[in-house]
Amino acid sequence: MIDFIARRLIAIIPVLAVVAVFVFLMLRLTPGDPAAVIAGDNATSDQIADIRNKLGLDEPIWSQFAIWIGNVLQGNFGESFFFKKTVAELIAQRVEPTLALAVCTLLFAVSISVPIGVMAAYRQGSLLDRAVMGFSVLGFSVPGFVIGYCLIYVFAIELGWLPVQGYVRIGVNFWQFLERMILPSLTLSVGFVALISRITRASVLEVLNEDYIRTARAKGLSNRVVLMRHALRNAAVPILTVIGLGIAILIGGAVVTESVFGLPGLGRLTVEAVLSRDFPTIQTVILLFSVVYVVINLLIDISYTLFDPRIRY
Amino acid sequence: MSTETKRPVLEVRNLSVALPKGGDRVHAVEKVSFTVNPGEIVCLVGESGSGKSVIAFTVMGLLAKALKPTSGEILLEGENILTADESRLRELRCTRMSMIFQEPMTALNPVMTCGEQIDEVLNTHTNLDAATRKAKIIAILDRVKLPEPERIYASFPHQLSGGQRQRIMIAMALVLDPVLLIADEPTTALDVTTQAEILKLVAELQAGQGTGVLFITHDFGVVAEIAHRVAVLRWGELVEMGPTEQILSRPVQAYTKMLISSVPSITPLHRGVRRDGKTVLRTEKLGKIYTGNAFFQKARVVKAAVDVDLDIRRGETLGIVGESGSGKSTVARCIARLIDPSEGKIYLGDTEIATMSARKLRPHRRRVQIVFQDPYRSMNPRITVGDFIIEGPMNFGLGREEAMARARKLMETVRLDPNALDRFPHQFSGGQRQRICIARALAMEPELLIADEAVSALDVSVQKQVLELLDEIRVRLNLAVLFITHDLRVAAQICDYVAVMSKGRVVEYGSAEQVFGSPKAEYTKALFAAAPGRHWDFGKFAA
Amino acid sequence: MSAITEEVVDSASIAAASTKRKSLWLVALRNPNVIIGGMILLTMLVIAILAPFLGTVDPTRIDPAARNKKPGTEITYRLDDGTTMKRVAIMGTDSLGRDVYSRVLYGARVSLAVGVAVSIISVLIGMVIGLVSGYVRWADGIIMRVMDGLMAIPGILLAIALVSIWRAGLITVVFAIVVPDVPRVVRLVRSIVLTVREEPYVEGAISVGTPTWILMFRHILPNTVAPLIVQGTFLAAAAILTEAALSFLGIGIPPEIPSWGNIMAEGRTLFRVFPHNILYPGIFLALTVLAINIMGDGLRDTLDPKMSKKV
Repeated sequence: MIDFIARRLIAIIPVLAVVAVFVFLMLRLTPGDPAAVIAGDNATSDQIADIRNKLGLDEPIWSQFAIWIGNVLQGNFGESFFFKKTVAELIAQRVEPTLALAVCTLLFAVSISVPIGVMAAYRQGSLLDRAVMGFSVLGFSVPGFVIGYCLIYVFAIELGWLPVQGYVRIGVNFWQFLERMILPSLTLSVGFVALISRITRASVLEVLNEDYIRTARAKGLSNRVVLMRHALRNAAVPILTVIGLGIAILIGGAVVTESVFGLPGLGRLTVEAVLSRDFPTIQTVILLFSVVYVVINLLIDISYTLFDPRIRY
Repeated sequence: MSTETKRPVLEVRNLSVALPKGGDRVHAVEKVSFTVNPGEIVCLVGESGSGKSVIAFTVMGLLAKALKPTSGEILLEGENILTADESRLRELRCTRMSMIFQEPMTALNPVMTCGEQIDEVLNTHTNLDAATRKAKIIAILDRVKLPEPERIYASFPHQLSGGQRQRIMIAMALVLDPVLLIADEPTTALDVTTQAEILKLVAELQAGQGTGVLFITHDFGVVAEIAHRVAVLRWGELVEMGPTEQILSRPVQAYTKMLISSVPSITPLHRGVRRDGKTVLRTEKLGKIYTGNAFFQKARVVKAAVDVDLDIRRGETLGIVGESGSGKSTVARCIARLIDPSEGKIYLGDTEIATMSARKLRPHRRRVQIVFQDPYRSMNPRITVGDFIIEGPMNFGLGREEAMARARKLMETVRLDPNALDRFPHQFSGGQRQRICIARALAMEPELLIADEAVSALDVSVQKQVLELLDEIRVRLNLAVLFITHDLRVAAQICDYVAVMSKGRVVEYGSAEQVFGSPKAEYTKALFAAAPGRHWDFGKFAA
Repeated sequence: MSAITEEVVDSASIAAASTKRKSLWLVALRNPNVIIGGMILLTMLVIAILAPFLGTVDPTRIDPAARNKKPGTEITYRLDDGTTMKRVAIMGTDSLGRDVYSRVLYGARVSLAVGVAVSIISVLIGMVIGLVSGYVRWADGIIMRVMDGLMAIPGILLAIALVSIWRAGLITVVFAIVVPDVPRVVRLVRSIVLTVREEPYVEGAISVGTPTWILMFRHILPNTVAPLIVQGTFLAAAAILTEAALSFLGIGIPPEIPSWGNIMAEGRTLFRVFPHNILYPGIFLALTVLAINIMGDGLRDTLDPKMSKKV
């Protein structure tokens, strides 16, 4: 068990190292002088020299990397040239809406998609099954922002039930916060539900073909017991895996959804940073999202041991 | 015994089961009738595709949806269960009729403890309280002779061996004393010593409780060992049925005669080999070690083969016999250099190939050829049989025309139609494919032919033909053959010399007569004692 | 029910296989999903190619007099030679007076080009790297670590990062989408290579002295074709969505090029009053991606039944 966790922990080190190298090289491999790129098109040569100095660009590339990674490990992500703040401060300000959006979406999507996936598998070929599969293809195909605008048009503009855009901090007014979370979470959920319900259906179907399901039937157990006690627990590992991988979709979707609903989160910050070519911010956001993604998947890996006693190597 | 108790526990009358459309025949099972009496073991025996498992699953009501019973009756203690609804069938399962399956490795739920899985049966079918249930489970675990029932109760299936898992299945099936036990090839996936123990256990338990057993098998050794009565099936139809002794020694139908004649005898054939041929292959302290790595535990070291010394001369067949995990295939694969040996030497003639680099090895590859176990995966489904056979010769510079001419000749050698060279593998049966693989090996004009369980996946009648072919080729080409098998009967018939392997080591090595006739090593003795039907001499009948 | 069906279906499946092998592609073309998806896709392709002849005007032509017209408004165009022409803008105009109908039709070109280019390029690159990784043991560790690292960065973010370095343009957008896709193809190809190289027929080929490169092309590579076609289809669908998202966020293809994402980006500000700027390109976008996904499902079911069981 400890050996298993240790292995997983050690395995993420090279992954994060590759991410760090990529994020570092991003700027250095930009055509032209990185300092000029950072400073923007209207910068004076003094400003460029200043940036060059700050980034240590005159040093050899290895020591630049050492300096950079040293700073990152100490939590010093540099300073945003556009927002005139340290990147750490900037991210701390923007993290709440994204976190709220992700949590709401995850809770909503998983609680919907796993049951419908199981039902679809159980009644394979039925109307319900075909409806679930149809919805899932549709969910993969309609882009988040189109769904978002459709929802805004119907529920906010035509019906007027919910606010169109904006964000209220959770501490300020919980109900207003919740009101403003509904449409974005719904939007972001569509793709996620499509993915998870599909994979749930497929995993359960596969498990239902296993020999031990036949054994369970030969014992005279009812279909419900066979499904819930024998099939679902064995199907849990692939479902969890895909939920973990789906976090990437969630993060990507957050960038778009936050823009549609005007949520001042990290996704919106990413876009603003790219538009203003604010490289320290872009680098940090990518690093942060990747670390979160990797860590969540690590936790999911470890959680497998709860579902499957065989995973203990 | 009074006539009351003689009522059969199972009576199958005129049963037919339809195959889905597009199959090679209309019925999986056609108009089959038989009975199983209390305390009786009835064997359904047949080759693959005979419909024997379909009958078993029909009785349990567990048929795949694609298969539909179309006529007949199945009476369990007089009740027609073919027309019973699903909830009635659920009530009967595990209370009146139980089933155990072929693959003990996959038949248990991997995420539940064995105790929980048996407890489910009691919980579903009885109103016993938890303590009583637990006591009953411990008792049945004890009855199926599992050591430390308490520990087994809390174990997960993956922590147990195949034999232990099959015991759990038997415990689960018999915990409520059903009148009928259906066993679908329950020992086929097990090693011979484990098989003997399980057979003994089944016979003991059913005799004690008077359970009727419907035992499905393809192995006449098992039949001779355990059956009271035998039903022979072919293509879904019942060919012949009668008491075991009668069927095995005085079969009436031609098909039964052919089947029983095909069963290899366990007494080795004296073939009078002169040990005067040139040594083709010699291994010296050959070893293969696999190391796993772990961070906080001691690295796991698996010694798949240790200090293996073998030699084979021209015109001779050396058999390596052993149970699964004995290292017999590892040795074969090392000699063919499909894996790299970790230590020792392999002399092919005078050339040492164990440590040779891949590039230097290539010219010598021609000299050793291998035929694998699975005829369905041994051929690339995308290329024709002709291209498959000539691939090797063309790698060694033979022109396409010449190679094809050689392929045509070889097709005749293995008794296949030379005009079939432009067909694809899927158009051939398993036995035919194995012949094609032999032809391909011969196309290289090898000095040593390795057959790695090459007949294990074949039905007994096909197996006999392939064995005869292999032996004929050995004599004609004066070939050295290394024959890997787990099947003692097959080994007795084809080998001049036998090496018995256990846990990576050769425990006994000598001529077939000596090893089979007067085994010295304890392991060999135990192995032979476990061979099912060893006391039965399967007669050879004119078909 | 595997054991029970095995015995019975064995002979049946062999019989079925004999018809299957040769006409696998024909079977795929007869699959209803492939037909429906293919038809819609073909229509889109025709629209993209024939855009100039379908009653469109120059999609980049700015007309201050015709700004923000609702669908169905009649607009008077002043042509270059001084004459005027009346024309109904069936999808309305945007805030610069450009004709949305023309822009949507021309936009099909960008989306389809991006989809096709991304899937072909990532499949080719991924296949080469995957083959090397699956067959050259010493390279495998390094390659897979890099691929794992790339996969740890959420796809869209990686694409966003790359466009931000390279500056926006059609080609840079294509490559920005290719980079996160490559590791997925590599993993697929590598896993197939690793499975197939354990097959007895590959070991058999080794033992008759078949050189490595023939082994690859003859025995291993053909196994990757069907799964890669299926994967390529899904990559194309995802690429079209990603391009639209990038353009919609204003960090994709330059705004003057009519792409569906750009039309929607332009329509964002006045969405409450003029939803048509988002509605029409949205419908075209969703329909195209849906068609590709449906086709992909059909292809997977017919060409790659092993995978269709999994996902």
